[in-house]
Amino acid sequence: MRVLGIETSCDETGVAIYDTERGLIADALHSQMAMHAEFGGVVPELASRDHTRKLLPLIRQVLGDAELRGDQLDAIAYTAGPGLVGALMVGASTAHGLARAWDIPVLGVHHMEGHLLAPMLEDTPPDFPFVALLVSGGHTQLVEVHGLGCYRLLGESVDDAAGEAFDKAAKMLDLPYPGGPQVAKLAEHGDPKRFRFPRPMTDRPGLDFSFSGLKTHTLTTARKLQEAGPLSDQDRADIARAFEEAVVDTLVIKCRRALDATGLKRLVVAGGVSANYRLRERLDHETAKRQAQAFYPRGRFCTDNGAMIAYVGAQRLLAGERDDATMQATPRWPLATLTPPAA
Amino acid sequence: MPTLLALDASTSACSCALWRDGHVISRYRDAPRQHTQLLMPMVDDVLAEAGVGLSDLDALAYGRGPGSFTGLRIAAGTAQGLAFALECPLIGVSTLEALALAAHRRLHARYVVAAMDARMDEIYAAAYRCHDGTLEPLVEEAVLIPERLRLPAAFHDVDWVGIGSGWTLRERMPVEVQSALGQCLSEPQPAAEDMVRLAAQAWEAGERPAADEAVPVYLRNEVAWKRA
Repeated sequence: MRVLGIETSCDETGVAIYDTERGLIADALHSQMAMHAEFGGVVPELASRDHTRKLLPLIRQVLGDAELRGDQLDAIAYTAGPGLVGALMVGASTAHGLARAWDIPVLGVHHMEGHLLAPMLEDTPPDFPFVALLVSGGHTQLVEVHGLGCYRLLGESVDDAAGEAFDKAAKMLDLPYPGGPQVAKLAEHGDPKRFRFPRPMTDRPGLDFSFSGLKTHTLTTARKLQEAGPLSDQDRADIARAFEEAVVDTLVIKCRRALDATGLKRLVVAGGVSANYRLRERLDHETAKRQAQAFYPRGRFCTDNGAMIAYVGAQRLLAGERDDATMQATPRWPLATLTPPAA
Repeated sequence: MPTLLALDASTSACSCALWRDGHVISRYRDAPRQHTQLLMPMVDDVLAEAGVGLSDLDALAYGRGPGSFTGLRIAAGTAQGLAFALECPLIGVSTLEALALAAHRRLHARYVVAAMDARMDEIYAAAYRCHDGTLEPLVEEAVLIPERLRLPAAFHDVDWVGIGSGWTLRERMPVEVQSALGQCLSEPQPAAEDMVRLAAQAWEAGERPAADEAVPVYLRNEVAWKRA
């Protein structure tokens, strides 16, 4: 089955074609990052407008790359949520229009299920069951995964998502949007011993996260130094390093607890923050120590993309799941409410 | 003569119309926030009544705005998807022109000011001279506060007809606009049955825009403020 995947839930337009026999055969992405950078964050209305401009050209591009005609596709999957409602509508309506004209099934899928299963697109995909850490600008969740649609939420952030905390720390350090990768880059030159930031919610049992206090701590540290004059490059690097260490350490501690609690030996890490080098290094070390294994998507599939949507859609479409004539756009949609494919 | 299908979701109304051999078959429902459910079944309904398949279509059309931003994109996305897959042109039709044509067809109005409620205290408006089912713009489409609505100076002594939800703000319009107005219909919403007629005119004029090029006309473009 050849499935066209469409992702328009936030600020990336992603399109891909996944073939259940041959694997991923084409994927393309348009990032709006530069456009939103001027505003210091994603402007929903501008994001939606841009999806409308970019979606068809990207679909044309992946069909060209795959050397396929549209009528050689067997089904279409699109992100139905969670996300920005206006942005979701662009993918949903276009997918339904295409599917109606090509007379093929269409299915709205869950964005986070896409992230969760993105490592399945790699050469050595994890087997079920596994523990998944989903870390992005919108989510920080630990999930126990027993199969497609069998998800148990183990813990999640009670306030900011980890990626959001990275972006906010970047703003405090005058780094351009989106700040996550910039903070990581700056942290490379930082002294890990100069500051020690708190590891929120690690001093008590449980698998929930909190990152808003860390943000405040970062701000207080910067202010205190500023009393003696403007921050030097070394100051900023040292703060970035302490911040990154605190986030990474917190994530590692909770992953360790989740593996202990479930007795599972496989850890999947996905979402934008899973591209963080320091996090990967620490988790690889941690899993190796306990004869477990960590799995990650390739770099470009850590962030939003059409490939993961095409993949998840294909699994559910194969089982006979499909939309009726209603276009699906669900801005708030908890992952744990998903069920295995209903034929 | 071409076979055309028009979709609209620019307001709380949702509509679809088919043009074939000069005849129009249409569906229209005022159903706020139900466009995602209603649009595709309406398409199927209209095609079934006409006994026409999607592959018989020469072009698609959609209400390109102004109107509800999300609604414009639902119609654009659906029409783009259909037109791309069918490899046929996609014609964007002005919602204000659709209103003006409705006034012309129903009331035989010659001079029409179409105005839609744009929220945030503003209206979308444009003025037209109508003749034999065709429209000539006299005042270009714009988003503005009702107090700033003007009629072209050369046409002050003609009888104007106002149409569209923007006229619920009539009290705030300048006195000279109010006094130039013969009739005023604030109920009608733009409808695909008028859009498909305007699309047929565009088709006859040789317009064949590609689906990729379809961009809604929002008029209001100040939607974000840059960091100081």
